[in-house]
Amino acid sequence: MITIIFYILATITLGTGILTVLAKNPIHSAVYMVVCFFSIAGHFLMLNAQFLSVVHIIVYTGAIMILLLFTLMLMNLSDQHEPKKKVASRIAAAVSVCLTAIVILAVFLKANVVIESYKAENIDFQSVQVIGQVLLDEYMVPFEFASILLITAMIGAVLISKREKKA
Amino acid sequence: MKVLPYMEISFILEKLILIIIVFAVTMFFALYSTLAERKVAGFIQDRYGPNRAGIFGILQPLADGAKLFSKEEFMPDTPNKVLFTIGPAMAMIVSLLGSAVIPWANKFVIAGVEYIPQVADINIALLYVVAVMSTAIYGIVIGAWASNNKYSLMGGIRAGAQMVSYEVAMGLSLIALVMMTGTFSLREITEQQAGFGWNAFYQPLTLFIFLICSFAECNRTPFDLAECESELVNGHHTEFSSMKMGFYMFSEYVSMFFSSALISILFFGGYNYPGMEWVADNWGGNIANTLAVLTLLGKISFFIFFYMWVRWTIPRFRYDQLMRLGWKMLFPLALFNILLVGVLILIFK
Repeated sequence: MITIIFYILATITLGTGILTVLAKNPIHSAVYMVVCFFSIAGHFLMLNAQFLSVVHIIVYTGAIMILLLFTLMLMNLSDQHEPKKKVASRIAAAVSVCLTAIVILAVFLKANVVIESYKAENIDFQSVQVIGQVLLDEYMVPFEFASILLITAMIGAVLISKREKKA
Repeated sequence: MKVLPYMEISFILEKLILIIIVFAVTMFFALYSTLAERKVAGFIQDRYGPNRAGIFGILQPLADGAKLFSKEEFMPDTPNKVLFTIGPAMAMIVSLLGSAVIPWANKFVIAGVEYIPQVADINIALLYVVAVMSTAIYGIVIGAWASNNKYSLMGGIRAGAQMVSYEVAMGLSLIALVMMTGTFSLREITEQQAGFGWNAFYQPLTLFIFLICSFAECNRTPFDLAECESELVNGHHTEFSSMKMGFYMFSEYVSMFFSSALISILFFGGYNYPGMEWVADNWGGNIANTLAVLTLLGKISFFIFFYMWVRWTIPRFRYDQLMRLGWKMLFPLALFNILLVGVLILIFK
């Protein structure tokens, strides 16, 4: 039963992922991406990570994709034709994808699963309490760094939009 | 494939029946909200309201439904016919999703078997609710864009910006509430408020912020700039006709029902009523539970009335006023509220 659901979900994820890239109309690819995000939340649920799946929906489908759709609609990209990107930006995109792939590979190779220790002590490892403790105990410093990064990005965005107004 | 054991089948059947009951109750409330809205409007404006179909116009919603179903469907000349059809369906589905986590009462015990009147008792129910509310906007935005109409697009963009802005303040106000209750489960939050210990008395500021934001999330006046008739014809559902338009209208009433339920559960004690334990001891648990369901429905009806009361009392905001209220007033207020609740918890616990 679970395997069948997994295969259906995986088909949806991969299919919509490819369609996101292939769709000519930017709004269509945004809609495909929303479906893709929902199916990824489904994968999280299958892995018994309720918190992660719901937060994924709140952050990605609820906020980021809405803003993306919003800008796409405002910019009013003319439907089909898109000017070819410069070579430099293409190379930059390729390099950044490769770097991300290395990070993900490193995560898969180096990560050790700690679920067993929680299972041995019979603690509900996917509950919000446990996640909160782990985040603010063991991973305090990276967590704070991530928040500083986010707030810097936010202030930067505000600053850029303010400057444009004056000019 | 292995055969499902007996327990699982009975569990699935129980939940299916419960889902159908909750769906029917929600739709009934949505149906009669349309009549109630016009009656309340009539009462506030000192006139009768609809009173031709049946006694007191009680059959008016059925007549409206029959009319909407039998009307001609208009399809605008748009290249996105699929998205145009998906829009209203999305709006309807997402607004119905939320009622899955509402706890209606304690356990019913019938013939020695316990039945929990809640479709899903997940321990992150509050986050689930926020997730559902944040996706509610897709129906409007996608339908509006696919209409291929300037006014619709403006309405959709307004709705999107408004939802994203007010979600921030809403989420922050919920953080203050969760800091006090210490749980995301709606059932536990309800049980903590047994008797008269309503959260509204402990956190009036949170209630205030949440109430305003829930008006904005439901797209109700004074926040219904998405369908501002005086500027945008009919906003995001200008191009929709017959039952597609009916779906948009209905989804608004369904989400009103749901957010009324949420307000009563989070701040006004949910299904608790004074003397619940006395009733359970003297008259039996099932009668106490039935009264509990009726109590929750009563509270929900009051808040639906409250929504209508505000709609026919306060005029619509201007768009810049709306944004200023969201970002420059509610957002700092919600942050201050978190600080306040934190300090109070440190002092009193």
